[in-house]
Amino acid sequence: MQDREAVQNAARESDAIAVERTLAGERDAFRGLVERHSQQLFRLAYRMTGNEHDAEEVVQEAFLRAYRNLGQFGSRANFGTWAYRIAANYAIDRMRQKRSEDARRQTPSVLAEEQDQDPLDLAPDERPTPDRLAMNTELRKKMEEALKELSSSERTAFVMRHWEGCAIEEIAAVLKTTTSAAKNTVFRSVQKLRRALEPYVGARGALQAKAAGAAPEPRGTQS
Amino acid sequence: MKHLTEEELIGYREGETTQREAIAEHLTSCTACRAELDRIEAVLSALDNFPVPERGPEYGRAVWQQIAPRLPEKAGRGWRAWFEPRRWVAIGAMAAVVVAAFVAGRWTKKPEPGAPTASVAQVRQRVLVLAVGEHLGKSEMVLMELANAAPPNAGQTEINISAEQRRAEDLLDTNRLYRETAEHDGDAALASVLDELERVLLDVAHSPQEVTPAQLETIRQRIEAHGILFKVRVVGKELNERQKTTNSAPAAPGADTRERNKA
Repeated sequence: MQDREAVQNAARESDAIAVERTLAGERDAFRGLVERHSQQLFRLAYRMTGNEHDAEEVVQEAFLRAYRNLGQFGSRANFGTWAYRIAANYAIDRMRQKRSEDARRQTPSVLAEEQDQDPLDLAPDERPTPDRLAMNTELRKKMEEALKELSSSERTAFVMRHWEGCAIEEIAAVLKTTTSAAKNTVFRSVQKLRRALEPYVGARGALQAKAAGAAPEPRGTQS
Repeated sequence: MKHLTEEELIGYREGETTQREAIAEHLTSCTACRAELDRIEAVLSALDNFPVPERGPEYGRAVWQQIAPRLPEKAGRGWRAWFEPRRWVAIGAMAAVVVAAFVAGRWTKKPEPGAPTASVAQVRQRVLVLAVGEHLGKSEMVLMELANAAPPNAGQTEINISAEQRRAEDLLDTNRLYRETAEHDGDAALASVLDELERVLLDVAHSPQEVTPAQLETIRQRIEAHGILFKVRVVGKELNERQKTTNSAPAAPGADTRERNKA
């Protein structure tokens, strides 16, 4: 535990030095920051946008913006958190823009086709592999669809909270809203995902949940 | 026994409740609520396994190679840069250009009314006026519906505003685009109204789906406090008038923007 903290502190110090050197005109010092934080930013961006191409674009744009605005970055010790916030904000813009484009492109016949699909055809069965594998693929597809159905704010709130373990205050800062509104957005995203996925998760998920323990740990402890 | 609501269970699961102990105690004795919590947990556990494509250890280097040619020579120094001497020279030069443009504008002859001045910029302006007018009309409807939402019936403690929320969320995307365009075109008045509208739409979009009468009242007060409904109506009406005018006789590009900014 102490080792982990020491590693984190060393990384922060190293980030702070790299920021100062970049500001002093050493462009190559920024390279270390990019190499250190790219993976984390990609994970966030992929979960928010739902596709690799967009996620890669978000990562690149986030670093470009960070570089252009490095002087505004007040606390030198947390470059990772700052870049993470820039990426989340850009991903929100990207999702909204894409959603508008998709809405313009989507024809009523496509919508009708989607509505005609019988949910029972997509329901998972309990048979073993290779059908089980097919079920997992189907469940993944349903997850992608359910996440896509969330609004950009809801998806951001859910990704930051559930996968990234962010505190409500941090989510509120990214969504530019109050903590109580951010909390509501997290709750609403969980409700929507539950409605969409419960029929496909079924007993398998419940068993997993029980195995993990009856009393869940509160989230949002890391930042 | 009164069961826990879904919101209370999610709050407990997320560690975001002030009644954690009371809920935990209830869960030990209520199998129905425990089963409900298990179902929520099951969905979230399944989502834990949602895969993210792997990026190898070389990914950071690849990102650097992609962005390095696009980086400016020096990193931006943000607000500190405004105090650098060379920046003051640039600001002075820009101010001189603005003053020169203003003086030149005062001395140059205005175009004859009715002269054929149609241009790409003008057509673009007309399309924008039409689209923003329509957008403001839709926004006004959502805000009106919320401001006049019926009080709950007897026995009903919450009012569902999910339909208005969905529409507010949709309007947010277009609002942001129009605001940025108005800012880019120098239409400060329109940009300001769209900015205020964006905040109210965000408030609505981030409220709970089902609100108590008190929460609905808070939303109404926010709408009233901003006076946004009135501003949206005024600007919407003005845009409609502009659209009619520009359809009958083409105005000089940017004329409506100037008028609105003056107002």
